[in-house]
Amino acid sequence: MDNFRYLPGVSTLEYEENLCVGCGSCEIVCPHGVFTMNAKKARLVDKDGCMECGACALNCPTAAIRVTPGVGCAAYIISGWIHGKENARRIWAARCRLWMDTGYTRPSCTSRAKCSKLRS
Amino acid sequence: MASSCPEEKDNQPSPACSCQEAPAAGLKPDFPVLSGDTAVCCGGQPAEPCSPYEKPGLRLWGFVEDFMDTPAGPVPRVRTHLIRADRLGTVFARVGIGRDSYRIAPGLHSVGAPDSESPVMVTANYKLSFDALRCSLSGISAWILVVDTHRRLILPQLSATGVVARQVKTMCGFEVVWGPVHARHLKAFLDGGMKATPAMRKVTFSFRERVELIPVELNHMGKPTLYLLPALFLLSGLGQGFFSVSAAVSRGVSALLAYLLAVATGAVIAPALLPWLPGRAFALKGAGLGAAAGALLSALFAGQLARSEMLALTLFIMAVSSYLAMNFTGSTPFTSPTGVEKEMRKAIPAQAAGALTAVILWVSTGFMGG
Ligand code: SF4
Ligand code: SF4
Repeated sequence: MDNFRYLPGVSTLEYEENLCVGCGSCEIVCPHGVFTMNAKKARLVDKDGCMECGACALNCPTAAIRVTPGVGCAAYIISGWIHGKENARRIWAARCRLWMDTGYTRPSCTSRAKCSKLRS
Repeated sequence: MASSCPEEKDNQPSPACSCQEAPAAGLKPDFPVLSGDTAVCCGGQPAEPCSPYEKPGLRLWGFVEDFMDTPAGPVPRVRTHLIRADRLGTVFARVGIGRDSYRIAPGLHSVGAPDSESPVMVTANYKLSFDALRCSLSGISAWILVVDTHRRLILPQLSATGVVARQVKTMCGFEVVWGPVHARHLKAFLDGGMKATPAMRKVTFSFRERVELIPVELNHMGKPTLYLLPALFLLSGLGQGFFSVSAAVSRGVSALLAYLLAVATGAVIAPALLPWLPGRAFALKGAGLGAAAGALLSALFAGQLARSEMLALTLFIMAVSSYLAMNFTGSTPFTSPTGVEKEMRKAIPAQAAGALTAVILWVSTGFMGG
């Protein structure tokens, strides 16, 4: 993935190291190697690699990690501008089984390609 | 299945359930409780009648009232109160005797008279958890699914955006192990003692994976194309005589070609060549490719198109290609929503301005040349 870099300095990811209890979950669930464990503490090593999927924050037992999760999908964002965020979420969720399965909270897919395949 | 539970026989009359852990007095020292091991039914106790549910080599747990016949085979129906054996077992477990082996067999149990519509309660196979649950269910008909808490669920890593591992553990007792991102690494993951290498933990976006997505991108374009094609011919025919069919056809064909080039660059070439295209913003990658395609088109039609027309078509290709490439953000596994929104706030006005300029140039050339 190293030759895929998206816009730098945009991720909403926040990490408070003093809250970390060193469970290692964030390092495991992150699909971009944003955290690495070092001496019983997670270290934020590649913030710009973060795609804001939300997996780390959801699975951090102490809320040491915060991020505004979502899908980085232009078509979905446009839909949100047109219909309003909540409505867009509902409309898209109805098309995407993966999304429905997670209770409308956030798309569990990491790419629109997956929803597109489930559509229709 | 559940019917093969380690079983224990207890013919004591059952007092009403108090569900308390008060030590029961007057216990017989030979009381068979803790072990889930098998013991021969009725062996050495000829005075007691056999339960019809007993099987050779197994003992019936005292909490089993009888068995229900279900399409899935016999399911033990359990009491909703504690009998003496249960209390004694609780005391032993509390003081640490045999605590770790104080288990019941995983599987389906029932209370009351459940049917296919009845709720299914999930609990751990630790007997104390099981006792606590069944004692709260008196008068209720339900299924109890006892799961082995030592079991582990291997979930795909990417499901971590919607699954909280520690909640799974508290809610049903299963330990979540995050498997690799790709199923093709599962074998190596299991062979390695359920450890994923850093490479298995990362998403990939290879040339092949990107190319596979191209049909999806093209699939989204049917409807817009249907609206766009008549508009292209209409705008191409506009001129001094208000509308010329021959101009609509001759100029319309070059406009159509420009559109096809825009689709090719934005929805096919941009995804395929993604990591090698200059710029981080997808809109920029698409616009760059579009500019190249516009130059190519201008060179091909050098004798037939006016400069303003070449410029118009190039701008048009750039705008469309940029928009399509921007839409590819959602198909990738690495774009952040904040980043995409930031990119869009700049790119969409630029794309709109480019397209509008293209239309003005294209139509005004029609009026001047016609
Ligand atoms: S939000 Fe997702 S990509 Fe970002 S650090 Fe957390 S797990 Fe990694
Ligand atoms: S998930 Fe939270 S507590 Fe666990 S290592 Fe990461 S930051 Fe620390």
